[in-house]
Amino acid sequence: MAFTQAFQNKALLTYICAGDPDLGATADVLCALDDAGADVLEVGVPFSDPVADGPVIQEASTRALARKTSLGGVLEMLHSVKGALRAPRVIMSYVNPLAAYGFDRFARDAREGGVSGVLVPDLPRGEGAPLERALSEKGIILVRMVSPNSSDRRLAAVGEGAEGFIYCVSLLGVTGEGARIRDTVPTYLGRVRRHTRVPLALGFGIDGPERARALAPHADGLVVGSALVSRIHDHRGNRGAMLREVKTFAASMKEVLR
Amino acid sequence: MGDRGTGRRGYFGSFGGQFVPETLMGPLEELERAFDRYGNDGDFRRDLGDLLRDFSGRPTPIYEAHRLSAQRGVRVFLKREDLNHTGAHKINNALGQVLLASRMGKRRIVAETGAGQHGVAVATAAARFGIACTVYMGEEDVRRQAPNVERMALLGAEVVPVRAGSRTLKDAVNEAMRDWVANVETSFFALGSVTGPHPYPTMVRDFQRVIGDEARAQILDHLGRLPDAVVACVGGGSNALGIFSAFVADEGVRLVGVEAAGEGLGTGRHAATLTRGKPGYLHGAFSYVLQDDDGQILEAHSLSAGLDYPGVGPEHSFFRDSGRVTYATVDDDEAVAAFHELSRLEGIIPALESAHAVAFVRRLAPELAPGSVVLVNLSGRGDKDMYSVAAFRGGPGLRRGADLS
Repeated sequence: MAFTQAFQNKALLTYICAGDPDLGATADVLCALDDAGADVLEVGVPFSDPVADGPVIQEASTRALARKTSLGGVLEMLHSVKGALRAPRVIMSYVNPLAAYGFDRFARDAREGGVSGVLVPDLPRGEGAPLERALSEKGIILVRMVSPNSSDRRLAAVGEGAEGFIYCVSLLGVTGEGARIRDTVPTYLGRVRRHTRVPLALGFGIDGPERARALAPHADGLVVGSALVSRIHDHRGNRGAMLREVKTFAASMKEVLR
Repeated sequence: MGDRGTGRRGYFGSFGGQFVPETLMGPLEELERAFDRYGNDGDFRRDLGDLLRDFSGRPTPIYEAHRLSAQRGVRVFLKREDLNHTGAHKINNALGQVLLASRMGKRRIVAETGAGQHGVAVATAAARFGIACTVYMGEEDVRRQAPNVERMALLGAEVVPVRAGSRTLKDAVNEAMRDWVANVETSFFALGSVTGPHPYPTMVRDFQRVIGDEARAQILDHLGRLPDAVVACVGGGSNALGIFSAFVADEGVRLVGVEAAGEGLGTGRHAATLTRGKPGYLHGAFSYVLQDDDGQILEAHSLSAGLDYPGVGPEHSFFRDSGRVTYATVDDDEAVAAFHELSRLEGIIPALESAHAVAFVRRLAPELAPGSVVLVNLSGRGDKDMYSVAAFRGGPGLRRGADLS
């Protein structure tokens, strides 16, 4: 299983928004992250109404959509770099673009594109059955999410039969708001662990090595997203500099997790 | 409640559900429990009834529009929701939700608004209860509904302009949901229409049902019979469900929801979600949505800010597919003409939203026997729309009444 390998040690999960600044850059950045030791590569599909995202990823989505980035294009890009990547890939998409593409067709093309998991922030446990069925037929995992205010009843429902890993939202809020992470994270992750044996990835607001160092002991993996998206945007005019920056940043995060 | 057809809680047939981030699942469960507990609680209902009567001025009358009726050849009755405190039906739901919030011990209300009517209603109710209130409003709507922004500020609410996306209602909903996610422990999200995740579509319909319950009793009392048709405009669809709900079981009563065709269905610049949209997921519900082939949500267009929304309540999607309600469209020109016509013929300036329903009577009347009874939900008053109409097609739109027969 792709994720067993990825979580053998503390894992670095990286999120980028596909199509920002363009799909060619996204492919190059994925390769750079893979080289720098990222363990799971999350690939965000831009959406017009990303309610779980803060300004950084909202703006990246808007830019990617202005360049006509589509789910079909993202899957083709993934197919083109499939042979070059070691780390498993996870598509992160809101549910409507997946539904418009067709769940079955998406599952088929995602498998062709080398995708191992799918993460859908607006598809909570209880609403995901049709997509989960389509994906599991193709051997792809629908990654489940929990949040600090999930009840024990919901944690049990999420934990039951969970595969791959569980994405634990670190805070009450949207992506990129690290200041909202509270010191109750260890207690929260302890609660989640009582309901599952799969690894726990912690994401939202983890903006650099300093915060990563504080949180790493409690989780099996950390997700970095907005901080990476910002760096890509800052270096949009110079591909070489962009890739160097991405590698340096990912390596600094990876260092904390060793 | 909220389960037509399949029996799945929170679904109307295949429409509805709770398509939200996990962070909101707990708060939605808390809200559902509170609504279940208080919704049928005698004290709560009595307090809400008192507020609706003494604070908002309910019941609102039905009024026979004699001069309009003479022009149309059918008897047109208007349910005068425009006579509510704050000038629209939105106060019914705002009082219900803010009363619920106060029972739940919430100290802060978050709301979205399009035309500003819901925002004003929530700001009003929040002031009445001494609860802090933040209203998200698209920057475009802030511009075209300036008087309502002033009213909200006067009532002590914080109005936050939203600059993302199309800068209208859709984006204001996104931002209000993000605020709620971040402040779920202290804040109550007062959603203004029969949209969003369960339990909102059911709860908002329940708080608006007073419109239909009153109107049905009033028309029976007045005429000794039910109307032949009930007409209401549909943006998210709360005034329409409010009045339709009381008539759904009356099979002989035709129910018509009127969507905004904006600049015309053919131009792509419209807000006709049920007429031209496809089922999809927006703001927490599976329902008809204006979207492109990639599943990106499209911007809606209507001169009327309250109808300018690319989604619609899931129960409307259910009624569309079941055929119990038929959905028609009226464009900006027809709505502006009806705005003038009702003002001149009846001395009632309708909200541009409601003018869509009024305009549809012109097309409906020829299909009905002479003397048929049509009940139109006049969901709000039009003072807020003076500037929009004046500027329409370069203006001077307010004096265009002469060509209206």
